[in-house]
Amino acid sequence: MNKDYTLRLSGLEPLVITKDTNFVNVGERTNVTGSKMFLRLIREGNFEEALAVARQQVEGGAQIIDINMDEGMIDGVESMVRFLNLIASEPDISRVPIMIDSSKWEIIEAGLKCVQGKCVVNSISMKGGEEEFIRQAKIVKRFGAAVIVMLFDEKGQADNYERRIEIAERAYRILTEKVHFPAGDIIFDPNIFPVATGMEEHRKNAIDFFNGTKWIKENLPGAKISGGVSNVSFSFRGNDKVREAMHSAFLFHAINHGMDMGIVNPSQLEVYSEIDKELLEHVEDVLLDRRDDATERLLELAERVKGKGKENIIDEEWRKGTVEERLSHALIKGIVEFIEADTEEARLKYDRPLHVIEGPLMAGMNVVGDLFGVGKMFLPQVVKSARVMKKAVAILMPYMEEEKRKTGNMTTNQGRILMATVKGDVHDIGKNIVGVVLACNNYEIIDIGVMVPADKILEVAIRENVDVIGLSGLITPSLDEMVHVAKEMERLGMKIPLLIGGATTSRAHTAVKIDPVYSGPVVHVLDASKSVPVAASLISVDQREATEKKFKAEYEQFRIDYKNRKKDKNSVDLKKARANKIPVSFDNIFAPKFLGTKVFDNFPLEELRQRIDWTPFFLTWELVGRYPAIFNDEIIGVESKKLFDDANKMLDKVINEKLLTARGVIGFYEANSNGDDVIISNNGQPTTFNYLRQQGEKADGQPYLCLADFVAPKESGKQDYLGMFAVTAGIGIEPLVEAFEKDHDDYNSIMIKAIADRLAEAFAEKMHELVRTEYWGFAPNEQLTDDEIIREKYNSIRPAPGYPACPDHTEKRKLFDVLHAEENAGIILTENFAMYPASSVSGFYFANDASKYFAVGKIQKDQVEEYAKRKNVSIEYVEKWMAPNLGYDN
Amino acid sequence: MDIIKKMNIYDILKQRIVILDGAMGTMIQRHKLEEADFRNEALANHTYPLKGNNDLLSITRPEIIKGIHRLYFEAGADIVETNTFSGTTIAQADYHLEHLVDDINFYSAKIAREVADEMTAKEPHKPRFVAGAMGPTNRTLSISPDVNDPGYRATTFDELVKAYKQQAIKLIEGGVDILLIETIFDTLNAKAALYAVDEVFEEIGKHYPVMISGTITDASGRTLSGQTTEAFLISMQHALLMSIGLNCALGASALRPYLQVMATHSPFFVSAYPNAGLPNEFGQYDESPTAMAKQVEEFCKEGLVNILGGCCGTTPDHIKAIADMASNYSPRELHSVSGI
Repeated sequence: MNKDYTLRLSGLEPLVITKDTNFVNVGERTNVTGSKMFLRLIREGNFEEALAVARQQVEGGAQIIDINMDEGMIDGVESMVRFLNLIASEPDISRVPIMIDSSKWEIIEAGLKCVQGKCVVNSISMKGGEEEFIRQAKIVKRFGAAVIVMLFDEKGQADNYERRIEIAERAYRILTEKVHFPAGDIIFDPNIFPVATGMEEHRKNAIDFFNGTKWIKENLPGAKISGGVSNVSFSFRGNDKVREAMHSAFLFHAINHGMDMGIVNPSQLEVYSEIDKELLEHVEDVLLDRRDDATERLLELAERVKGKGKENIIDEEWRKGTVEERLSHALIKGIVEFIEADTEEARLKYDRPLHVIEGPLMAGMNVVGDLFGVGKMFLPQVVKSARVMKKAVAILMPYMEEEKRKTGNMTTNQGRILMATVKGDVHDIGKNIVGVVLACNNYEIIDIGVMVPADKILEVAIRENVDVIGLSGLITPSLDEMVHVAKEMERLGMKIPLLIGGATTSRAHTAVKIDPVYSGPVVHVLDASKSVPVAASLISVDQREATEKKFKAEYEQFRIDYKNRKKDKNSVDLKKARANKIPVSFDNIFAPKFLGTKVFDNFPLEELRQRIDWTPFFLTWELVGRYPAIFNDEIIGVESKKLFDDANKMLDKVINEKLLTARGVIGFYEANSNGDDVIISNNGQPTTFNYLRQQGEKADGQPYLCLADFVAPKESGKQDYLGMFAVTAGIGIEPLVEAFEKDHDDYNSIMIKAIADRLAEAFAEKMHELVRTEYWGFAPNEQLTDDEIIREKYNSIRPAPGYPACPDHTEKRKLFDVLHAEENAGIILTENFAMYPASSVSGFYFANDASKYFAVGKIQKDQVEEYAKRKNVSIEYVEKWMAPNLGYDN
Repeated sequence: MDIIKKMNIYDILKQRIVILDGAMGTMIQRHKLEEADFRNEALANHTYPLKGNNDLLSITRPEIIKGIHRLYFEAGADIVETNTFSGTTIAQADYHLEHLVDDINFYSAKIAREVADEMTAKEPHKPRFVAGAMGPTNRTLSISPDVNDPGYRATTFDELVKAYKQQAIKLIEGGVDILLIETIFDTLNAKAALYAVDEVFEEIGKHYPVMISGTITDASGRTLSGQTTEAFLISMQHALLMSIGLNCALGASALRPYLQVMATHSPFFVSAYPNAGLPNEFGQYDESPTAMAKQVEEFCKEGLVNILGGCCGTTPDHIKAIADMASNYSPRELHSVSGI
């Protein structure tokens, strides 16, 4: 009978490892012993961000995720259980198998009880004797997990070739003969030790690993090999260039000797073929123990290349390569300096300009696409590569036009994708990023900008015969606009795929509201990296039908689940919600220093700079992590720092040359609440702001919140106040964006928008501070650090219309009218209540100590009907604008 | 009993498609039972309503349950399932009957055993078997019942292992031939059941054949806890199973693509016992025996199955139609039977 040695693992989906499988890469960031950031998150109980780390690993291409909670300061069992339970609720993460990593048996056993798929235990060994080894192996088997066996026995760790063989063979026999453990589920970790330590006995550390690996694979049928690679370069800490070269050379040989899987940090890995020849030779001399003086020679060379990690060598060596090599290098590294000359040289060398694009340029971009796809490059790098590509194409374009004029049209791209931000919405950073990433993957992008009405989108789509339409939007009314576009596509009998993206969009909305109205495929795309595989499978002739079916079925199911889930969510009627208001004291009402508006023109940008909350800036670039700890992240740290430096360079320029103008207006008014409304008096002119109240059922004693509760009611007889503001930092941005776009520089075009967004948020923060300490002045002695301010460690709130506490965007119109924000701040409101420039923020100030942020959540028909009456609009109007908040089918 | 020992279920499985029974609940409904039927003297003063606790009928109305087993055997079933779908302390907690779990399992196994032996004596060429049914319980180990706290769990692995162990021991004492862990919507629950069963076997020093049957909850092709069919199979494959397959939730035609995955990858025998179609708007299953047998015939034509039966809504008529149809086909060939 043929023995089956396949290692089959599973999360929600299978991972089948046969002898033909490529190296399996194990994500290692969810490990408290290896990542300071992850440890901090776990210690602070910030499991949400810890999950984001796990998700990033999976999205970055990890096929298994290793989870380790071995740290003295945390309760390992509890943290492991909690984290694994949370992962189980995240299909994006739990689709891959888990590796439960601990040196403590009780943590492993607790972990095994939380994982439904077939996982890997990392690790057990014979350190504590044969009996304990057998006991643990039996339990692992009973849980149906695979196991990593460390080559360790009663006498210690296997540190040479003979000991590796001896322990591996013994462990294998015990496992297969006494425990009847499936041989294919045994994974040996033959111990990767540092080399070039200067100690004679360490000379053979790498080669013994290679040979030990080879022996195990040849003599212990079915057994697999794994290991943690970074250990090998331990003596070169601080010298990234040598470490990176050493890791990839080590992996290259280890895989050739039979290594199946391993824990590898992709950012600490040079491409084997790109390692400098001299360095590679020296590294391999050490790894393979080829010369007596190998260590000295590598140390000497290391001194020379010290501090030159792969990210920042200013090495002009590459200029000596062929033109193809230079183009490829420039694309991968994102270097624009020489692109004109190199492109021109290539154009003269090739028969036709198109061949330059199809040949060296596309080859380079394919490498970029692949590296991004497996998480070895990050978004800012990709955008820089795209900038190089665009410039090269722009140089060739006139020649191609000329040729086309002579010979007729010819396109060779993967497909055409039309991208637009929908009518009424002005936000386009995310759309531009997706466009760049798709362009990198050889799709032709037709970007028709922002605030594009449906008829225009469809007209261009038909005229240009596009393969896919991508819609983007950031504010909630855009959701409805997308539904409208989808309906129009259906009416016109279109069949092409529709991609939905942007901050406000969701799989839920796409499934429940958009997918049912369009018979063609509709897909919600989470982020830029997801867009490529989705577009590829929707355009591909072979896959399109199956992909369409898959998404249709998925969304259909989502709707069914959603409907069932919705029923479970209980709500209370408006009467009951109102009867359970939050008790608020109005004994300490503070009168603002002035009533009416105050305008701030040309607000100093330097002051805003120090208020910038950088964390969301990195998120814009799909780099997940908290500032400034993000710089220490082993995977994205280097790129984050570079991005941050680029941003600060641009900020310097913006501030010095006054490229952007910050303008804003604030206002304070006498106000009292009337039920769920707040009525203000502006020079005797009343304006009523209507707010919404929570209706999702809560535990007894918990209040149902409404912003109006934070303002003294009329019947209290006390005079209270309401503040409001509208600020922007985007005045003057258009010519900057235009100039960058003209220069094919998406990187800086996205950068300036992201910076303007940050400045606008900083402006809102700064203004709020001035209001607290000075203009309203209820906290004149407030002493907070920048960080405390960013973390909102102060009283009073500034909720924005259209956001969770007051989700109705249409209230923004009244706010703008009261403040005369159009004239005073230069901000325009679109028909869908988006603010232009996009880098703008507006909202209310509530000063009461009790005021706090909350989410209104789902509202019921009784409130909608009453709210419509209060606003003096139709119920349909309210239902249209509040669609995402409706707790009932409409 | 002697005859059964002579004719091993594995031998029969290699020769032909083996037939499992149909729905117990559907048949019980026909008797239009009232609260009193679910009570005996000992339960006369039990404060909580017991109607609907079908497992209890093995004690209070054993003749009804025996009658249903007999009808299924007569219709052509080789294996009947004990009336113990909810026979764990966890599931019985709903009725505050944790203390009756031992009796429910023991007597359910015992009465099924009696009918099987009676039928085998009548038709010695066709030995009949009893499978001890172990349901999923009403708790999930991989899913939080609290939407606000996805990390919360309503039960633990250890609690489930304990409950399943108790059930398995009593089913074996009552005389079952096979243990059937079924209607698995959360693989981790099933892992706990396998863990429990493995411990029991080690303790009593004897192995019984184990059948596993998962439930694909919808057209996504996944279990409720999110696994694909292949991932589910991989997660269960560590145990030495007699068979693995799918039951419930879907009708036969909807089940087919997932059964194909199972048939392609499973090193064990493959079982399928679908519902009689999907419930209509009144919650009733109305697919006719002929219609169902016709769909199930596709499984046989493709060589996908070794064991066939019915789940919700199926009756002795359905089982008869399926058994008659299946007698014309050969069973799925095993790629390689591991172990046994």
